[in-house]
Amino acid sequence: MMPAHQPAYDPVEVAALQPAAVDAARDDAVSAIAAAGSLDELKQVRLGHAGDRSPLALANREIGALPPQARKDAGARVGRARADVAAALAARSAELEVAVEEQLLVDEVVDVTTVAAGSTGARHPLTTLQERIGDVFVAMGWEVVEGPEVEAEWLNFDALNLGPDHPARSMQDTFFLDPPEAHIVLRTQTSPVQVRTLLARHPPVYVVAPGRVFRTDEPDATHSPVFHQVEGLVVDRGITMGHLKGSLDHFARSMFGDHVDTRFRPSYFPFTEPSAEVDLRCFVCLGRTPAVESCRTCKGEAWIEWGGCGVVNPRVLVACGVDPDEFTGFAFGMGIDRTLMFRHGVSDMRDMAEGDVRFTRAFGVEV
Amino acid sequence: MRAPVSWIRAHADLPEGQTPQQLAARLTALGLKLEAITSPGADLTGPLVVGRVLSLDREEHTNGKTISWCRVDVGPEHNLAAPSKDEPGRGIVCGAHNFGVGDLVVVALPGVVLPGGLAISARKTYGHVSDGMICSAAELGLGDDHEGIIVLDAAEAEPGTDAAAPLLLRDDVIEFEINPDRAYALSVRGIARDAALGAGRPFRDPADIAIEPGAGESYPVRVDEVAGCDVFVTRSVTGLDPAAPTPRWLARRLQLAGMRPITLAVDVTNYVMLELGQPIHGYDRDRLRGPVVVRSARPGETLRTLDGVERRLDPEDLLITDDRGPIGLAGVMGGQDTEITAGSCAVVIEAAHFSPTTVARTARRHGLGSEASKRFERGVDPRLQRAAAQRVADLLVRLGGGRIEAGETIVGEPAAPAVIALAADLSARVTGIAIGASAAIAALRAVGCTVEESHPLQVTPPSWRMDLTDPYDLVEEVARVVGYDSVPSVLPSAPPGRGLTASQRLRRRVGRGLAGAGFTEVVAYPFVGGSDLDGLGLLGDDPRRRAVRVANPLSEREPLLHTTLAPALLKVLARNAGRGFDDSALSLLTRVFLPGSGPLPPAPILPVDRAPSAAELGALDAALPDQPHHLALVVSGQAGADRTPAWSAALAAVRDVARLLGVPAGVAADARAPWHPGRCARITVDGIEAKDTVVGHAGELHPRVCRHFGVPARTAYAEVDLDALASRAPDVVPGPAISAFPVAKTDLALVVDERVPAGAVESALRAGAGDLLESIRLFDVYRGHPVPAAHKSLAFALRVRAPDRTLTDDEVAVVRDTAAAAARAAVGAELRG
Ligand SMILES: [Zn+2]
Repeated sequence: MMPAHQPAYDPVEVAALQPAAVDAARDDAVSAIAAAGSLDELKQVRLGHAGDRSPLALANREIGALPPQARKDAGARVGRARADVAAALAARSAELEVAVEEQLLVDEVVDVTTVAAGSTGARHPLTTLQERIGDVFVAMGWEVVEGPEVEAEWLNFDALNLGPDHPARSMQDTFFLDPPEAHIVLRTQTSPVQVRTLLARHPPVYVVAPGRVFRTDEPDATHSPVFHQVEGLVVDRGITMGHLKGSLDHFARSMFGDHVDTRFRPSYFPFTEPSAEVDLRCFVCLGRTPAVESCRTCKGEAWIEWGGCGVVNPRVLVACGVDPDEFTGFAFGMGIDRTLMFRHGVSDMRDMAEGDVRFTRAFGVEV
Repeated sequence: MRAPVSWIRAHADLPEGQTPQQLAARLTALGLKLEAITSPGADLTGPLVVGRVLSLDREEHTNGKTISWCRVDVGPEHNLAAPSKDEPGRGIVCGAHNFGVGDLVVVALPGVVLPGGLAISARKTYGHVSDGMICSAAELGLGDDHEGIIVLDAAEAEPGTDAAAPLLLRDDVIEFEINPDRAYALSVRGIARDAALGAGRPFRDPADIAIEPGAGESYPVRVDEVAGCDVFVTRSVTGLDPAAPTPRWLARRLQLAGMRPITLAVDVTNYVMLELGQPIHGYDRDRLRGPVVVRSARPGETLRTLDGVERRLDPEDLLITDDRGPIGLAGVMGGQDTEITAGSCAVVIEAAHFSPTTVARTARRHGLGSEASKRFERGVDPRLQRAAAQRVADLLVRLGGGRIEAGETIVGEPAAPAVIALAADLSARVTGIAIGASAAIAALRAVGCTVEESHPLQVTPPSWRMDLTDPYDLVEEVARVVGYDSVPSVLPSAPPGRGLTASQRLRRRVGRGLAGAGFTEVVAYPFVGGSDLDGLGLLGDDPRRRAVRVANPLSEREPLLHTTLAPALLKVLARNAGRGFDDSALSLLTRVFLPGSGPLPPAPILPVDRAPSAAELGALDAALPDQPHHLALVVSGQAGADRTPAWSAALAAVRDVARLLGVPAGVAADARAPWHPGRCARITVDGIEAKDTVVGHAGELHPRVCRHFGVPARTAYAEVDLDALASRAPDVVPGPAISAFPVAKTDLALVVDERVPAGAVESALRAGAGDLLESIRLFDVYRGHPVPAAHKSLAFALRVRAPDRTLTDDEVAVVRDTAAAAARAAVGAELRG
């Protein structure tokens, strides 16, 4: 239906709504968008071709001036053109944003090889080895016990069946506190902890006692006046040397691998009877030929001397208030420093004791 | 104890093919521990033969030396045809002159390599071709006798035969480490007994000899000190030829066992000691004055022992005396006045049994361990003395041409060994090996016990096993005969355990935390000296000066046990710095020893036939110093992270440790040695009784302390009583209530006098802010315009949050204002602009 009244007609304005003009404006806009090389350029293009003063915006404003019958077509034409321009802008903007980020990533490249390792600390292997040994026995239900390092002579010697004339009690071997008549020593073994344990709790007792001990040895490659031991003690009904062997075999396997076991040789300790020395099957060569012949860990012996052990002497049980007719027990003791030496190939005891940071750091936080 | 295998074999019928290694392994399995096997003579190879000197020309040479140009018959196999009318043989140049034509000598022919690697070849010397070498004992490794060459007895060998055999050159020697309970194995007799036991072959007891004393007494003896000497036997041999040499076989055995041959009479006594284990003392009878008396020393007595040392005697020393006074330390060493010399013709043989304790004490008192004392201390067979004296006498007669005087003096009698009641199944119950009663009885009999098969078994140990006193001792004998290899491997089942203790877990946590924070753990000895405490600047009344003292320290300069870990850790740091590690962060976690203010009471020596009472145990513990675990940290050089000063790194590390333990720790300025008086913080925890118990200190060391210990300047040190800190750690950590409401952040800048510690401002703010304060953090310290002189501006960031609502701006402002007001009230802090 034609309008009843024909308004004033402006040929210029009407020309802007001609299909050719609208298409041209759209095409100009699209090509300018495509040509924009950066987000800043695109912003300018947006102002010129999609802003309030852009040809298409101006054309849109003229639609109202058209006769009503022409408005629909012109409106659709301009709307399509403006939508095309908006889409082109969005697409180009996304493209340019990706490009900017890509460039940023290129610009932000770093030299990863300049980063030094952090100066993390380390724990002393004698500490971590004691903890690891403790864990082996805790896993079997045993407990880890400790006691004083400055100890009463009676607990360090007499209670362990080392009588007053035992050579180990001389000042040649043992540090006595002044005056010696006060009967206080630097413990020469962790065994007094076992006595204290038996005096403090009733059997069954299953404990290990790791710790520091003292003897009057001048320091050299294989001696130190201060060193570390771990002793084990079990007192229960029906305990035999076989239980001792089983516990040590398990200990050996936990520390040195599944194929390792132990061997007993008769020996003598005042606090055990029968007594044995424990050898560890060499965990490097397993005693197999030909590896054993050139093995530096066991020096071709196939076995490594590891410690001492035995059935708790009934005299010790009596001094600890345990009825030897009802209970039997076993005890063992190993040098932790020595174990560290052969397990990790350390050749000089002084390296362990001097505190050189390189020694500790080599071990990290576990052994 | 070193034993030649040939000597062992002389008393044990060992299998022909058994190698020394097999023998040693067998004996080790029986409890005689192998120390080393050596094969003397094995390093000599090639034709070493007996030669007879056919002719000998002495030639004097221009260099002043006289040599002997000899022609030697070395047997048809080795002789060369003579160039002239001479008999077949070899021409050899020799520098020694202690032999003549017709003598049998030892010739190393070309091809021999001597011990030490010298290869013998025909060589031109002194104008002759010397076709071999005539050997001395030293050249063959038979001792250090360089005095001339060896001359063999005519009866010993034929020219051309192997010389190694008559010289007893080659043997294998097993060295054993003998445990204290196996005193019997300090003799060939004991070793051979176990060797035969191990091989299941017969043993021939060298003590099983005919004792024929004849009638009457020998040299008179009186024992006054019966407790120290239960048996004393003497025999006499007279008419000895002082020039009689020690035969080669006896000298060689002594030598292989590690003793030096001296004279025949001395060598025989040593030989019998090695063979039987019974120490023998021989006296020159012509030098004894009156009867021998065994008694304790009297005050002021002295004795010059065989080693030439004049010894002041102790009243507890057991002596051998005659009319002149002491002539020997019983069982330890004889005196010089009566010793057998090269000229002695008459010998009194002493074979006695002394108390192990007496001998051990005397030997220790005089620092005089001898082969005799070693045996008496561990226990000599108390029924061996007569046989041993007979054996010595027999050998002296046979080798020295003497004769045994009739008569034997025997004073005392050994106590009969106690009978041990042994349950027949005890061995099985203790060892876990299935050992029947008959097997146990057989094993006990095999080691020499007499067993009466009753219930329980009545077991009498043999006289040489003084160590067998308890049923468990017999179990060990049964076990070693059956074999320790038979012990089964059975895991015992422990009752359920409770894992590590809280203290053990906390120490592990601290160790890991410090390692993660960059600290390297070290260990150190606990010994310090007074100069270390001086170096720390500890004043005379400082409790850390009260240290326990070691009576016999390794170093007289470090006789004390440390009361602070500073000397130990600073010395380790100095050592590391000296090795190029200036930038170190070290940790040391160990005990200190604190005797407290008063003197410690002595510890009792309690009986061992029962458990001590609670009071007795208390007396033991009361005698001990406190031994808490301390943790010490040291930071030097650039080790502080991110260029923070070392002192603040050390302090932060201590606070981190407290946080790891879940213990709130306070920090306040303090002045204390060994720290810089203006850079020392004390660490406090809520006390159990009093508030703010001090558990440690941290800060920069005093410059003088750094110089004294040789550590880098500005080294920081911290030490805390870890046990005290850990005792405050919560058993159970309470779970937090998490507020989901938003946090409000507000900053406060406060101007305070320069001397006011930031910590005091923070405490006041914290107290004023109340429960809504979630956290507070000092983030800036500013000095300068417009802050007045001698003042500083501290900027704190506060986070405020309520558990149940979103705080309004007004509420936040109230928190801020009350906090500021509290700071003003407490330390005069003014809000800045
Ligand atoms: Zn090996």
